Amino acid sequence: MLSAIVFLPALVAAVLLAIPARAPRAVFIWAWIGVSAADLALIIAAWAGYHPSGGFAWTEDLTWIPGAGVSYHVGVDGLSLPLLALTGVLFLAVAVYSLRETRQVKSYVCLFLFLQAVTLGLFTALDLILFFVYFDLSIVGMFFVIAGWGHGPQARAAATKFFLYTFTGSLALLLGFIGLYLAVRPHTFDMVTLIRANPLAGRGAYGGLVLLAVALGLAIKTPVVPFHTWLPPAHTEAPAAGSAILAGVLLKMGTYGFVRIAMPMLPGTWRRYAVAFVVVGVVSVVYGALVALAQASFKRMIAYTSVNHMGYILLAVGAAGILASGSAQARSLAVTGAVTQMVSHGLLTGALFLLSGVLYERGRTYDMAAYSGLAGPAPVFAAVTAVAAFGSLGLPGLSGFIAEFQIFTGSLATAAVATAIAVTGILITAALFLRALQQVFLGPLRVPGGPGTPAALRDLTAREAAGIVPLLALAVVIGIVPRFLLDLIEPAARTLTHLVGR
Amino acid sequence: MSSLPWLAWLLPAVPLAGGAGLAVAGTRVNAAAPRAGAAVGVVTLVLACAAAGVRPSASAPLFSGIAAGVRVDGLSAVLVVTVAAVTLAVLVFAAGDVGPGENRGRFFGLMLVFAGAMLVTVTATTLALLLMGWEMMGAASYALIGFWWREPRRVTAASVAFLTTRAADLGLYVAAGAAVAGGVGGLTLAGLPRAAPPWLDVVTAGVVLAAFGKSAQLPLSFWLSRAMEGPSPVSALLHSAAMVAAGAYLLLRTEPLLAASGWGEPAVAWTGAATALALGLVAVAQADLKQLLAASTCAQVGFMVLAAGAGGVAGGVMQLVAHAAVKSLLFLAAGAWLTALGTRQLGALRGAARQYPVVGAVFTAGALTLAGLPPASLWATKDAVLAAALHHGAALYATGLAAAVVSAVYSIKALWYVCPPVPAGAASGYDTERPGTRRIARVGVPALIFLAVAGATLGVLAGPAVAGPLRRALGAAGEASPAWWQLTLSAVLALAASSLTWWRGASGMPVPAAVGGWLGRWLDLERAAVLLVARPVVALAGFLAAFDDQVLDRAVSGLARGGLALARSAARLDDGGIDEVVRAVAAGARRLGQLARRPQTGQVYAYYAQAAVAFAVLALILIFVR
Repeated sequence: MLSAIVFLPALVAAVLLAIPARAPRAVFIWAWIGVSAADLALIIAAWAGYHPSGGFAWTEDLTWIPGAGVSYHVGVDGLSLPLLALTGVLFLAVAVYSLRETRQVKSYVCLFLFLQAVTLGLFTALDLILFFVYFDLSIVGMFFVIAGWGHGPQARAAATKFFLYTFTGSLALLLGFIGLYLAVRPHTFDMVTLIRANPLAGRGAYGGLVLLAVALGLAIKTPVVPFHTWLPPAHTEAPAAGSAILAGVLLKMGTYGFVRIAMPMLPGTWRRYAVAFVVVGVVSVVYGALVALAQASFKRMIAYTSVNHMGYILLAVGAAGILASGSAQARSLAVTGAVTQMVSHGLLTGALFLLSGVLYERGRTYDMAAYSGLAGPAPVFAAVTAVAAFGSLGLPGLSGFIAEFQIFTGSLATAAVATAIAVTGILITAALFLRALQQVFLGPLRVPGGPGTPAALRDLTAREAAGIVPLLALAVVIGIVPRFLLDLIEPAARTLTHLVGR
Repeated sequence: MSSLPWLAWLLPAVPLAGGAGLAVAGTRVNAAAPRAGAAVGVVTLVLACAAAGVRPSASAPLFSGIAAGVRVDGLSAVLVVTVAAVTLAVLVFAAGDVGPGENRGRFFGLMLVFAGAMLVTVTATTLALLLMGWEMMGAASYALIGFWWREPRRVTAASVAFLTTRAADLGLYVAAGAAVAGGVGGLTLAGLPRAAPPWLDVVTAGVVLAAFGKSAQLPLSFWLSRAMEGPSPVSALLHSAAMVAAGAYLLLRTEPLLAASGWGEPAVAWTGAATALALGLVAVAQADLKQLLAASTCAQVGFMVLAAGAGGVAGGVMQLVAHAAVKSLLFLAAGAWLTALGTRQLGALRGAARQYPVVGAVFTAGALTLAGLPPASLWATKDAVLAAALHHGAALYATGLAAAVVSAVYSIKALWYVCPPVPAGAASGYDTERPGTRRIARVGVPALIFLAVAGATLGVLAGPAVAGPLRRALGAAGEASPAWWQLTLSAVLALAASSLTWWRGASGMPVPAAVGGWLGRWLDLERAAVLLVARPVVALAGFLAAFDDQVLDRAVSGLARGGLALARSAARLDDGGIDEVVRAVAAGARRLGQLARRPQTGQVYAYYAQAAVAFAVLALILIFVR
């Protein structure tokens, strides 16, 4: 089942490669939409068939490189299934949004299908090398997306920077994986075995080095301050669809790695250095929000809010590693909040990046000062952006509040001062989103008049809305009736909290 | 009794869903929006009265161990009926005030969404659900203050209001975390006093901060001044009866928590009293009718906060209900004059009561009630509050009494401007805010009359017949009624202050001009907030952005450039170093080859000489090895 979910997009991509590029672009894009919808249906079926009390479900285990202890082991549990669903939803939304794409559509669609297969694969991987392979392939895919379909002359440079920076991180990750492999007897890269064996228990310095390597690789991908400087240029130069996938899915690979690899496999070491992760998380929260406040470009501002939101996740997983008596409920709440934040951020920031793509398509610039009063000619666009912005700043009724409330409530017990500082993050993000909304949508009308801009601003078209509104609708559903998601995450979060505590 | 749980959910769901539908439909339902909005308001009022009678409760799981619970107990029952009634009255009035040129669907929709959020807040039993309703109110308030979004001034005012209340709301987030840490895992409001000691103080501080922010108490009062940029029905509902009262409600609800913390009660009581007095003086110094009413709202809510801090829950509730009716009435009347004459300035509104008699009559009734003159409601309810304050010391009582006297001053001041006959050149001051229509919408009049009657008669709440059952319903049976001497004293002081103000007229306050200006600018609180908080944060943001670009990014690029430099030096080493060695070896081999060719001269004597040398060496070797 899981292999079908993962490889279906790749198979369709292979088929599409055979079709000549002169074919009408609708063929390619509707094929993409079709396979994404089918994949999402399969994922929902997998969700429906999953029993929360069990460990990993839908597992498949095939030998791959037995001499190196590498196997093709896949499975999902309460931590990876929501992210799998998020990936499916985001790629479908991006596919619908891409109905407007006109540049080299065949390569574009095949590349995104490849990216879809690889990202789905990462969340199902239960073998460290399999995880690493998907991790690196996703970097390759995104490099081509940014370099090939980016906006301006800087696209290549931004793509190269993204590639080299995150690839170096993945090498550090590989080093950590090898460290884990060598520590367990018999040597294997299998995640389930490593979690059960806890091979680095009591190996103080060695465990610290392994955690450093793994955490460095994941920290660059997440990204956290100070390893985040690849993110703003990558987002600014990438096409809207690429940004949505980069923020919505690729960033989650880093945070997912923390909860799947770093915390359960290195519990003792994680507990020893948990305060460091809390500090890094808080710094990311406040730094990301403040720098976003100072941005003049809409897209760059949203890119920095991603740093801010990922900081909350790191704060929560760090706080979950600080043991204090009677804090089990709080720490489990923090982990649940962290996973919920991964899903919520993917939906909301993905929608915001697609909306920034709409803005760019209308005015050919991301500079917020060039626009004003767009709520007049484009009321639907303004309303949808307002909903996404309020969701991103954590208003109740949308998924962001569900995630952030759980993170704060769960983290304060074990990391009180840090959480109190991090709470100011939601105030700063409120300020920056209100400023952006006021600048771009409210007030008197002003539209940039450069070459390529239409004189009159069109409102959100049906196709654009069809791609963006479902993401926000899902965020609202999670915000009002979160139990269907939390019922899936909470058992896994409790298990993880127990694993970290041993 | 926990019967009819669906009623507890339906009560906020109806206005939330109806409001969301209207807001999304927007201008498409412009014709039907007022009637639809009023209809939803009627349904909500019916549900509220039913809920007040039936007292339903319900609960649903929300987070792990934390439920979303709603219950309509005595305190909530009073509040839901009040909120629903005032909402209906304001919506009916707004049907005439918000013209067909505006986006009526959005306006009525947002008002209903706000009402739904307020109902969630006053019926919530857990901190999580309360925080959800609390923040939704803030967002609805932002959208409503900035309703005329084409004017940047109003949107900025909306942002100031939202950000100030949001900053205070951070206290509730921290309080929730501290409650879980302190052992109150379910986050129930009733369970908060049981939090373990160090966390108990954090919970109390967080709740108090959030309540002060929402209720515009010192030092966060300035946002209410900015909120006056919104339409008058918004001011009437949100910023007099409902949202600002939510903070007072929270303090009244968590009164046991304040008592348990030890320092909570005095801090809250004194802040309430100080706000009542200081903001009363600010109100006296205002020249704009809506600003005067806003400052008065802060002061009157200060009385409710004082009641919560002094343990007088029943008094606080009575004050809340009476004030809701009176203040919303006054705002609606001010709004009617603003629509008709296009101005809010007191100086320009001279004689407005005579020009539009109905509005003038209800405004007079409201102002006299606000002044605390007997036998209107606010006289009795204020004394109920002060009676509770007296138990906590004469200083607190005296401050409260002084604030009550000041409330008489500003109420009569407003009345002094609008009541006398219209002066000769009055028309020159009209139409400063917007063009006036010179008429009052007929549909709004019943709402005004209803609120006026309610404001005048709700004093029965404090009267002997109703007060006892009310106290029992609120669970505050032990609170005492005000003594007859307190009632007489406040009545005499109010009458004296009113007469003095009427006699002095427009000759201003007997204070230096600098103080008067400071009071007029709302104690410069907003400027302080901008200087101390907003500007440093923005400056820090700019500095960090520059740091990010110039330092962090350059460091990474520098690392990359360093790598390239390393690669170039390695290439030089490769070409110049290692390759050179290889070349040197090859050259050496060539040299050796050249040397090896030297003996090959082709001369026989040379070969004989070489053979002789070789044999000699061989012989030497044979001798020495043997």
